[in-house]
Amino acid sequence: MRKILEGSHAVAEAVRMCAPGVVSAYPITPQTHIVERLADFKANGQADYEYVLGESEFAAASIVEGAVAAGVRSYSATSSQGLLLMAEVLFNIAGMRLPLVLSVANRAISAPINIWNDQQDAVTVRDSGWIMLYAEDNQEAIDMHIQAFKISERVKLPVMVNMDGYVLTHTYEPLDMPSQADVKKYLPAYKPKANEFLNIKNPRTFGAFATPETYMELRQELYEIVESSRKVINQENRIYKDQFGRGSGDGFTEGYKLNDAETVLVSFGSVLGTMKDVVDELREKGEKVGILKVRCLRPFPGEEIKKALEKAKNIAVVEKCLSLGNEGILGGEVKQHIDKPVKNFVVGLGGKDATKGVIKEIVKKAKGTDKKLEFIYPE
Amino acid sequence: MQRNNTNSKNKYLLSEGHTACAGCGELLAARHVAEAAGPNTIILNSTGCLEVTTSQYPNSSWRLPWMHSLFENSSAVASGVAAALKYKKQDKNINVIAQAGDGGTFDIGMGLISGLWERKDNVLVVCYDNEAYMNTGVQASGATSHGASTTTSPAGKAIPGNMLFKKDMPAIAIAHDLSYVAQTTCGHIADIEKKVKKALTMPGAKYLQILCGCTPGWNYDTKLTVKLGKLAQQSGLYPVFEAEYGEITTALKVPKKKVSVEEFLKPQKRFKHLFKDEKGKDLIKQLQVRADKNIEKYNLATE
Amino acid sequence: MAKKQDLSAEPGGTMKNKTGSWRTYYPVVDHEKCIGCGTCDKVCPEGICYKVGKKNKAGHEYYDNDLDYCKGCGLCAEECPVKCIEMKFEEK
Repeated sequence: MRKILEGSHAVAEAVRMCAPGVVSAYPITPQTHIVERLADFKANGQADYEYVLGESEFAAASIVEGAVAAGVRSYSATSSQGLLLMAEVLFNIAGMRLPLVLSVANRAISAPINIWNDQQDAVTVRDSGWIMLYAEDNQEAIDMHIQAFKISERVKLPVMVNMDGYVLTHTYEPLDMPSQADVKKYLPAYKPKANEFLNIKNPRTFGAFATPETYMELRQELYEIVESSRKVINQENRIYKDQFGRGSGDGFTEGYKLNDAETVLVSFGSVLGTMKDVVDELREKGEKVGILKVRCLRPFPGEEIKKALEKAKNIAVVEKCLSLGNEGILGGEVKQHIDKPVKNFVVGLGGKDATKGVIKEIVKKAKGTDKKLEFIYPE
Repeated sequence: MQRNNTNSKNKYLLSEGHTACAGCGELLAARHVAEAAGPNTIILNSTGCLEVTTSQYPNSSWRLPWMHSLFENSSAVASGVAAALKYKKQDKNINVIAQAGDGGTFDIGMGLISGLWERKDNVLVVCYDNEAYMNTGVQASGATSHGASTTTSPAGKAIPGNMLFKKDMPAIAIAHDLSYVAQTTCGHIADIEKKVKKALTMPGAKYLQILCGCTPGWNYDTKLTVKLGKLAQQSGLYPVFEAEYGEITTALKVPKKKVSVEEFLKPQKRFKHLFKDEKGKDLIKQLQVRADKNIEKYNLATE
Repeated sequence: MAKKQDLSAEPGGTMKNKTGSWRTYYPVVDHEKCIGCGTCDKVCPEGICYKVGKKNKAGHEYYDNDLDYCKGCGLCAEECPVKCIEMKFEEK
């Protein structure tokens, strides 16, 4: 059904339809509208989950960790500082191989404190073992949340769904909201095996301490489980597309006017929308420009990116985050997988507009020989 | 000498083969907590001695569902478990216990415990209080006794051990208006079991704090673990009591014949510097004043 | 890499650790003096003092220790109300 909804409210509605048993979160802008709406559902008897008020993001993450360890599908959401406060728990959840879904309304990191959008928050925990998906628009955010529960429970790993704060979370647009019956059909109830949760009938010990004798083996296993999620992410993108008619490339990347493109912009998140407008304009003028959208940061689609960029002459990676003392996060990772020069651009930090003008400047600069990292500001 | 060993068939919920030190008060108390709670109990355990000595992968000493997440969050994880059980409508027949040492309770985990208490989640929070960070090598915590020498509050020429006073955690628990707050020691084994059983009949969030001797941390002869618990109570330093909704309901009286704090302090080398000079003796006097105040506050004197 | 392991640990699996090898002293229970009160069991941090299942002449079901695990702390001997447990030096 097509409805005009705010991004956050649409995500909350999607999460409600995924029928979690426990929801816990702590208020932080710009994620608040999601959890406020989930609290509304509960208050109005439209949902049967337990809604637990965490007294910090650290607590909220620990609460949903406990809930899923007890065998119940669970959900949380956060942003920015909240995600950093959760960091220790996030690594723990992945290490314990617990399926959870966490929405991150991406926002800048302090200092200076800033509540607006960029992508610095989630990338800082990219080595935690979480699967990390990035929505381009609110329709994708809805679809991605529903897929996230399925992927998470199939792989037994937590999934983080990233959506740009404000740009997506606070934007109203017409959206296709799947029906409850369809979601139920796509996403079966979460039923862990008897030895996979805190079960009095099959008492097991979880979170055991590992000595040098076993630790490295268990971490290698975790690495392999994250690797194994590639297949599942790809499959679920396809299964979802078959049922709902919407999908994104192979689940990892998606090209836009890429076939004959000489200049390719590689990016993730909502800035892709602006890029598409610019590419359309430039194409009309005969410029061979295209876009490679990255939908999944972990596991990283290195092979897919390499293949998609085979014919590209000028490659520009555009992102709203960076590794201080090195370069952009996505830029650095793309470079690992291709042996052509890549120009890395940082835009839109802390809510700075990433306008069409910014993107046009990037297209121009991408063709140059100087491949140093550049910060691009709107005129 | 004949050693006709046969194997025990005890099958306690906390099994043998754990790697705690000989005479460990924490493991002793923890076994009785688990036994009293019974097999229909889920335990969430913070990082610490109790965790590392009982759960070395791929083996565990626990015969009930048990989980360790992090140092500070056993309470919040327990809140999540309690919420999940409520959702599954199993909260009436399964107990949830969050347990930690004093570091995990008084210090790093306190905010999360306060959250659990405020929400009145159906969880019993148990603190095994051995008055320092023992797992990392006897560093001072918010529970460390005044005057105790630890590796981060060493007794030196200028400073005679820990100059801070022990945080009154049960009072903080009571301030959360809990249905049940109690304190006991590993010198009172039957009392531990009684209090766990009682706590688990009470609604919402509960708190039990157990003083547990640590043989290397307190530095005493391993056979004295139970005696020292008794002496802590008898001297008035560590009142054994129960409170329901803020009202003290029971308190174990101290013996008619006064037990001085010195009797508790003397066997422990963490206090040995106090017996060397006048400064130490003054400090012992201060501890005696605190013990006497406890006797008054909790009405522990025998008529 | 071997096949994926179960990340959870085995209940009671620590019984593989025969911690009895740690001790310097070991307890010897005088079965005839034992009154079967179970204090040793209650105060044992290992939980390995147990009723053997036999009665002494006085009719008490007496206790003994599982020496595979006893770390020799001496709590049982110290707390025994009838002092029927003696800690002896273990020759190795």
